[in-house]
Amino acid sequence: MEKKQSLSGVFMNGVITENPTFRLVLGTCPTIAVTTNAVNGIGMGLAATFVLVGSNLVISLLRNFIPDKVRIPAFVVVICTFVTMVQMLLQAYVPVLYESLGLFIPLIVVNCIILARAEAFASKNAPLASVMDGLGMGLGFTAAITIIGCIRELFGSGSLFGLNIMGAGYQPMLILVLAPGGFIVFGMVLGIANIIMKRADAKKAAKEGAQA
Amino acid sequence: MGLHISNAPFIYNKDTTRSLMLDVILALLPTTLAGIFFFGLGALLHVLVGTASAMLAEYAYQKLTHKPVRIRDCSAALTGMLLALNMPVSAPLWVTLIGSAVAIVLVKELFGGIGDNFMNPALTARAILMASWPVAMTAYTQPVFSLGLQADAVSSATVLHGLSATPLQMFLGFIPGTIGEVSKAAILIGFLYLLLKGVITWHIPVIYVGSYALLALALGNNVLNGVLSGGMLFGAVFMATDYVTNPMTRRGQVIFAVGCGVFTCLIRNFSSYPEGVTFAILLMNIATPLIDKYVKGARVYGKGKK
Repeated sequence: MEKKQSLSGVFMNGVITENPTFRLVLGTCPTIAVTTNAVNGIGMGLAATFVLVGSNLVISLLRNFIPDKVRIPAFVVVICTFVTMVQMLLQAYVPVLYESLGLFIPLIVVNCIILARAEAFASKNAPLASVMDGLGMGLGFTAAITIIGCIRELFGSGSLFGLNIMGAGYQPMLILVLAPGGFIVFGMVLGIANIIMKRADAKKAAKEGAQA
Repeated sequence: MGLHISNAPFIYNKDTTRSLMLDVILALLPTTLAGIFFFGLGALLHVLVGTASAMLAEYAYQKLTHKPVRIRDCSAALTGMLLALNMPVSAPLWVTLIGSAVAIVLVKELFGGIGDNFMNPALTARAILMASWPVAMTAYTQPVFSLGLQADAVSSATVLHGLSATPLQMFLGFIPGTIGEVSKAAILIGFLYLLLKGVITWHIPVIYVGSYALLALALGNNVLNGVLSGGMLFGAVFMATDYVTNPMTRRGQVIFAVGCGVFTCLIRNFSSYPEGVTFAILLMNIATPLIDKYVKGARVYGKGKK
């Protein structure tokens, strides 16, 4: 992060260029565990986004006060605060989602995306940029795990966002909502994302080559 | 000039992938015919659908990814055939079709194609089908002896579930089970053919069954029932001996085979699954790179002279 980036650049960096799921391959545990359906994917993604934005903001504000040697415990305390808030909010307002995400809400604390952004970005950048980074990374994560959740729900239970769309005669491929299916779908989506990114990069390189 | 990269072994002899695969397919014919005899033409349909869809899946994938099309080496046909022989005859044909496609695309081609898959494609596909459609995959039918396509199939418990059958009935195949596994006599004919042609050696199948028998004896199981029913002989002869997914050294292969036998027995005794052959062989497939790393010795594949 040597050169200054524009705020929208920081945001798009999180959503696409350094998408936490597809490019950094961080936070794979919730990616595989909670994406059994699309709603869980969105719920988990937004909860993590809230924590990411909050912790990035606070850590950025405190970045000149936290001694370097104890920075990790300090980051974790900040992250825990926001995770506790998210947990209580979900429990109070969306108890169904709270039930289905279960243990994975408190486990947002150890989601590597959040600690990684605190360490790599928020502790070195101004508050506004850190918020944009949190928002970009969080929404990139949300988009990625919602896509995976949609695929697993569609073929693994024949529905999408809880609506049955494959018809009554469809016999769902149960393995996709089990853990092995999580790994399989994640791997395949990751592969497809890599192909798309590679093609986009090649196109960009060709364009720059033509201009030069 | 382009460099051509081909599969090991590099020492030349007249065996080709194609001739080896055709030998295994030939060795599978007795048990396929037995399956058709016991379960009717529905069994033949499964084998045809499995083989054709595996070849089609390989052709489509290799065309799509601009790789050289290699369906002529018959490895896809063999995979599809093995998968179909692992199906109960009452399962819908589309399950076999999906299974073949999964075996070829997901397990074999995505990992680099022939020689690079780390698990047996047909067996992995079977495990995936078992997890996906458990009811269809475990509805074993009684032998029907009718040539009808849609015989009045009677689902039944297998011998491993407690159905009683005489050893002779089990040996000949008069028991419920998947298409290819029921007739032990037909499997042994195939085994002998593979031995005589030098396609496989006796080590893995014999040590697999032997180590299972020893452990089953120690645990007080009915060893004869355990060996003659279920898919162990089929797995030991046709699945565990897959060149790609078992160790390179003889000692490694012994460890591999003992592991298969021990896990089969443990899964049959202590898990909620009645049959453990699939998962036992897959577990040892996964352990194969580890075995190859630590067990040194003469490589058994790629020798110039027989």
